[in-house]
Amino acid sequence: MSQPTLLNPQQFLARKSFVELNARERAQALLDEGSYRELLGPFERLESPWLLLQGVVPQADDGLIVARGKIRGADSVILAIEGQFQGGGIGEVSGAKIAAALDLALEDAKKGHPIQVVLLLETGGVRLQEANLGLEAIAEINSSLIALRHHVPVVGVIAGMVGCFGGMSITASLCSYLIMTREARLGLNGPEVIEEQSEIEEFDSKDRQLIWGVNGGEQRHATGFADYVAEDDVAAIKACINEAFGRGIPTRHRSEQVDDYLKRLAGIDVSYQLETSEVRKLWSNGENL
Amino acid sequence: MERHYFEYAASQPIKQRAHVGVVGSGDLEVLLEPSPDQKTHVTVITSVDGFGETWKLVMDRFFSRYRHAASIEIHDFGATPGAVALRLEQAVERSQS
Repeated sequence: MSQPTLLNPQQFLARKSFVELNARERAQALLDEGSYRELLGPFERLESPWLLLQGVVPQADDGLIVARGKIRGADSVILAIEGQFQGGGIGEVSGAKIAAALDLALEDAKKGHPIQVVLLLETGGVRLQEANLGLEAIAEINSSLIALRHHVPVVGVIAGMVGCFGGMSITASLCSYLIMTREARLGLNGPEVIEEQSEIEEFDSKDRQLIWGVNGGEQRHATGFADYVAEDDVAAIKACINEAFGRGIPTRHRSEQVDDYLKRLAGIDVSYQLETSEVRKLWSNGENL
Repeated sequence: MERHYFEYAASQPIKQRAHVGVVGSGDLEVLLEPSPDQKTHVTVITSVDGFGETWKLVMDRFFSRYRHAASIEIHDFGATPGAVALRLEQAVERSQS
């Protein structure tokens, strides 16, 4: 478990921001030099058939980059969601690209040729313009991921600034290992959605301290929902990915510990609003479960 | 959302296709490929309505300097004329590298 330490000025200036890169640049930055090869890239024009009908400009790769290559010499595939395009929303095409890539990785693993999988999650969940098709795509992604993770570890990275919400937060939680930056957020419902549905007294989406105290990378790590909290630095993210792959397939995935989590939830006093620090005490690191 | 189409006379073939940019706020994506004929074809899909004249001015200026025959597709999400010209420049540079 890596704990973040504050960078000195030299380290801060030497770092290469990962958050500032777009999805394609992120995939390129993580793969070994010269090994990057894109599958179903923009010139295949596998764009959403639904957006134009609703007057929304599509993106030629539907905001999902499938990149094959090597990570420290090992065959890998990176599935990178472009958070700048439609908030990283998952549509029929982008979702099918993820699910199909996971299925191919499973086929390869069964043939004795394991391929490391990295998911770069930058998404608000289902793309609302594609409603049910997006929901179904996420269900397919999740079932493919569950089948695959018993053969090869699947590493998720939430770098920010979009974060990972909605159905895709379930995908993040199904990953063998999850890496977050301090800037990143992970939650089922986004803060704005909770505020809209349950009034501002319940959750004030403008209160950054509250939001990061619940959804932020540091809190998610301290409460065992993320395995690593990394600096916003390409080398730091790479180091976490390498360490995660080095640990192999977890003996028990987080999502397989349902009874333990239910027991914990049952023990919480819900008559008052818990402070961030109390939650940390109650939900000390996931490994202690 | 609006579509625009522009056509220019061209002479030289381009070396390779190139893709730059993202369909994100204030940005655009450019797909540049070899043209099937001795012309440059530009198709624009933009999220912003009512700027056809501005698009024409930006394209006329750019293709008065650039004479390679290319098929260009632009997916725009509210980029400024400056950003459009820079992305086109970047795509051309990549296609020649």
